[in-house]
Amino acid sequence: MALLECRDVTLAYEGHTVVENLSFCLEEGDYLCIVGENGSGKSTLIRTLLHLKKPSAGQILYGQGLQHKSIGYLPQQSAVPQDFPATVEEIVRSACLSRSGWRPFYTKEEKRQAEDNMRKTGVSHLAKRCCRELSGGQQQRVLLARALGAATKLLLLDEPVAGLDPQAGEGLYGLIEKLNRREKMTVIMVTHDVAAAVKYASHILHLAHRPLFFGTAAGYQQSDTGKSFMRWTKGEG
Amino acid sequence: MMAALTSMLSQYFQYPFVRYAFAVGILIALCSSLLGVTLVLKRFSFIGDGLSHVAFGALAVATVVNVQNDTLVVFPITVASAILLLRAGQNAKVKGDAAIAMVSVASLALGYLLLHLFSASSNISGDVCGTLFGATAILTLSAADVWLCFAMSLAVIVLFVCFYHKIFAVTFDETFARAIGVNVGGYNIFIATVIAVVIVLAMKLVGSLLISALVIFPALSAMRLYKSFRSVILFSACFSVCAAAIGMTVAILAGTPVGATIVTVDLLLFAICFALGGLRPHLGRA
Ligand SMILES: Nc1ncnc2c1ncn2[C@@H]1O[C@H](COP(=O)(O)OP(=O)(O)OP(=O)(O)O)[C@@H](O)[C@H]1O
Ligand SMILES: [Mg+2]
Repeated sequence: MALLECRDVTLAYEGHTVVENLSFCLEEGDYLCIVGENGSGKSTLIRTLLHLKKPSAGQILYGQGLQHKSIGYLPQQSAVPQDFPATVEEIVRSACLSRSGWRPFYTKEEKRQAEDNMRKTGVSHLAKRCCRELSGGQQQRVLLARALGAATKLLLLDEPVAGLDPQAGEGLYGLIEKLNRREKMTVIMVTHDVAAAVKYASHILHLAHRPLFFGTAAGYQQSDTGKSFMRWTKGEG
Repeated sequence: MMAALTSMLSQYFQYPFVRYAFAVGILIALCSSLLGVTLVLKRFSFIGDGLSHVAFGALAVATVVNVQNDTLVVFPITVASAILLLRAGQNAKVKGDAAIAMVSVASLALGYLLLHLFSASSNISGDVCGTLFGATAILTLSAADVWLCFAMSLAVIVLFVCFYHKIFAVTFDETFARAIGVNVGGYNIFIATVIAVVIVLAMKLVGSLLISALVIFPALSAMRLYKSFRSVILFSACFSVCAAAIGMTVAILAGTPVGATIVTVDLLLFAICFALGGLRPHLGRA
């Protein structure tokens, strides 16, 4: 049984179909990049995988004991609520909640883990700062640290490099690659950076209201969809 | 002068009912400030007002049908409305603030109408004024009321401490909390219930028109001065307890209405905090 399987899934908002006939299958340790134009349904698919939205048809199957509490999530353009008094540390630690059950406090181990994740995303020096005083990119890194804290098996990232400076973006790709290789973390990432997608990912899903392509990254580079999309994005950049 | 005031106070405190009222008042103030932070941050500052009007309507019903213990009527109705209103807030089709306004004026009007039509009491405007502004209600609590208030406020405080981190997560980012498998719907209902409990309690202290003051002033003052969730919660709890203690002492000594006095003290302390926040923007980094 695969870690995650979509069977003939249709995603729609109030009868207006966004994606249809979507079928794919992910094994543990896969690294999937979802690419496609604005409005093609990438974020909608991520939200559906998280049970935040119901598919209007088809099935999504989770295998190998994949539960909510082993999933980490970084939302797209996650605006930290204005005027919310919360320090970076408080936010990053809140990732442990899915596993703490009824326990009313954080354990030493959980606090150490939060520290680790802050270090990995380079926000340790901001730990005591209030989140609303940080720049957009710094906030993004904080929420990324939170996502890492919640993920033990599956990490869902919706445009994680948007808003990061190029160096931080590279660092992020490296970090995720390491997690994926060493800790066998399954990663699903939405990105507009096709070059990085084919470089790092094991699989690519190209959405345009229907899945135009699903397969390995190498296969995507050979396919017509991939070739034309990459040529087009290069021409733009 | 000072000695006279102190002896007058100690005289008052000889009466057990004054001591009870004082303790209950402080507990209630503490509870409402704890939840106040969550409510202000979730943009539900006015739910206190709405719910207290519902509670007023329910109280009118209880008075008219002549129930012995009116809390038995008021409480379930208020809890149900709290859950409904918080639900409406999530539903994009029914705008939260409009729903609160609608429910609040409707129950106020119906409650007053009911009292006017069916009340046996000859002093209707006095009764209404009492429920709206709290009047001296806190000093006329029965022993059963006092124990009920005690038990409920202690329960609220214990629950809040136990679920503190979850309340933070659900307030800060509901979507993320839901995504990692926190039972957000359950916690929202839980928060709504606790809020309803606090509102019903606070009505006894300051009356239904002034409840929002207990909810928002401590939270806003704390958010002006502090920048982490924990210090905001702690400071607003201290703020609220001080305001309630000062307000009740003044009310006893000067014979002013308890609710209005507490709210006035709240307002003064808020002004001080606001000024401090402007003077020292870096006070209390964390
Ligand atoms: N809450 C909503 N209600 C109705 N329609 C929506 C809603 N959210 C998104 N849509 C529609 O669904 C389609 C897909 O949106 P989605 O956010 O999944 O796109 P995306 O692929 O993530 O785009 P982007 O690259 O800009 O992030 C869009 O056409 C959008 O208009
Ligand atoms: Mg998107």
